[in-house]
Amino acid sequence: MKSFKFDYIILPFVGIALCIAIWAIIAGKPITKVSIDDFGDKVTKTVRVGLSEDLPSPTEAWAASKLYVTQPLAKRGELDQGMLRFTWLSLKLVVQGYAIALLIGTPIGFMLGLSPAFAKMFDPIIQILRPVSPLAWLPLGMVLFLSAKFTVPGMGEYTASDLAAIFTIAVCSMWPTVLNTAVGVRAVPQDFLNVAKVLKLSRSKTLFKVLLPATLPYMFTGFRLSLGIAWLVIVAAEMLTGRPGVGGFLWQQYNALSYSHIILCILTIGVVGYVLDRLMSVVERRFKTI
Amino acid sequence: MPFLELHNVSKRYGSTEVLRDVNLSIEEGEFVAIVGYSGAGKTTLISMIASLLKPDSGTVKLRGEIITEPSPERGIVFQNYSLLPWLNVAENVALAVDQVFPTWSAEQRRAQVDKYLAMVNLTPARGKLPRELSGGMRQRVSVARALAAEPKILLLDEPLGALDALTRATLQDEIVRIWEQDRRTVVLITNDVDEGIMTAGRIIPLSAGPGATLGPSVAVDIARPRERKALNSDPAFKRVRKDVIEYLLGPGGRQKTVVKRKLTLPDLLPEDLNEPRTLFGAKRTARRRSEEKLEAVEVA
Ligand SMILES: Nc1ncnc2c1ncn2[C@@H]1O[C@H](COP(=O)(O)OP(=O)(O)O)[C@@H](O)[C@H]1O
Ligand SMILES: [Mg+2]
Repeated sequence: MKSFKFDYIILPFVGIALCIAIWAIIAGKPITKVSIDDFGDKVTKTVRVGLSEDLPSPTEAWAASKLYVTQPLAKRGELDQGMLRFTWLSLKLVVQGYAIALLIGTPIGFMLGLSPAFAKMFDPIIQILRPVSPLAWLPLGMVLFLSAKFTVPGMGEYTASDLAAIFTIAVCSMWPTVLNTAVGVRAVPQDFLNVAKVLKLSRSKTLFKVLLPATLPYMFTGFRLSLGIAWLVIVAAEMLTGRPGVGGFLWQQYNALSYSHIILCILTIGVVGYVLDRLMSVVERRFKTI
Repeated sequence: MPFLELHNVSKRYGSTEVLRDVNLSIEEGEFVAIVGYSGAGKTTLISMIASLLKPDSGTVKLRGEIITEPSPERGIVFQNYSLLPWLNVAENVALAVDQVFPTWSAEQRRAQVDKYLAMVNLTPARGKLPRELSGGMRQRVSVARALAAEPKILLLDEPLGALDALTRATLQDEIVRIWEQDRRTVVLITNDVDEGIMTAGRIIPLSAGPGATLGPSVAVDIARPRERKALNSDPAFKRVRKDVIEYLLGPGGRQKTVVKRKLTLPDLLPEDLNEPRTLFGAKRTARRRSEEKLEAVEVA
């Protein structure tokens, strides 16, 4: 297609409009039938028709969700809060799991990259654990922290389900960091290491002055991918633990047959994930040292 | 006792022997150029002098003592500059200075960095990152980094190989000028005979690999400063160049070797049609004998 002025602004909106149009077509519409029954009374009956009759139409979805968007910080109940509030709750959890993933994943990545023996020892296990779904990790986390319950000053109380959720996020989002760091360490040019050798840099100086800066770009690629996964996992973690948050709300609304709110949650999750990815790619570019 | 001495040094990568029985002896304060084909093993040789590689056999001695560990006293300028891209010019040099003179005060170390940046005419670029510099400037930073550590011997691995001819000429003069200040021992690796003639006191050709070794050294008895314009007319220049090139094209040239290898040829006898066919055809098949042949291939 020919490009025109402002096409980069206009075309995305055209795309969104098309998607909403398709949604409107397959969504169900309420139809009111009026009939006279055997007793001569007028009976009105409303049925939904359409390709997917229970799917709310865009206008219905908006009408039902408006409250959550226009009052994003409201709190009416544990599982009835404004969207921003839910997002904040979810993000808080994600950040904790993600931080643990980075703190554990980066050193493991360095050891994998530096020591062939370590790599041979743990690479098979990592390859086996990596594809395991968060839905599988969560029950294990529940068992692990079954009787754990403690309070962290300033952070509040942690129950077994909180810890299981954090555990799941950490375990699932760790792998890109581990693998990218390992690749980065192995890709450090031999010349840089030769410089360190000729100058007789100590082990720790070689690590912090040569290896770490040379690996940073790879590490940040890993960090970005890890954040994406951490956010992906939140829904599963909240769904199964019933914690308040975007994912918990989604699941609760599904059980309450409130389908409009599911769409609202999906869009929220998507937008937040997109924003997180953009933010991380800015950070990533900032650390392009090579 | 020579300052630097290599005795029967050999090095192989896998099954190919890159260097064979290299002997080299350099006096303190000498400027020696080693000239050789690309791929002959020049980088391998200088890496062994810097102890970045271990020789498979033979010894490398500095002042009579066998050396096995890299050390800043053997400063090396790598073929591809090897500046750390996340450090700026001054920081790259300071990395070496801080490491070699840990007892100095901060001002002393800063003065050392500034002194060597000035020596290679890079004071204005001290805050720039390597990627913002031209190839020639990067190479000068690399030289400053090596010199600022005040090495006993300076190893230069094709330091000007990637530069254009004009920059090359300027930097050659600069290297000589720096060397003349304190006459530190220098080993310059190059693939350009004229570069050796312009800078060195002695040129040693390295024969073509595999199994490269050093040829007879050729003294460059030409007073300094040397006139680049005289390069093509001065008989002394011409004689040195002729000696080096004759060795590199003659005895030190690419060797022709003949490899003999065994060939196994398929040799089939026709099926014997008198033999009866069986259900699985096991009996009646083509019969083979093996025959071996020798083939001689000339390898350049
Ligand atoms: N790490 C290595 N592994 C295997 N072969 C190598 C390695 N380094 C160099 N070589 C081979 O050794 C030979 C000499 O290499 P090098 O010393 O870099 O040559 P030069 O510096 O003279 O161009 C080349 O044929 C090269 O392919
Ligand atoms: Mg080389």
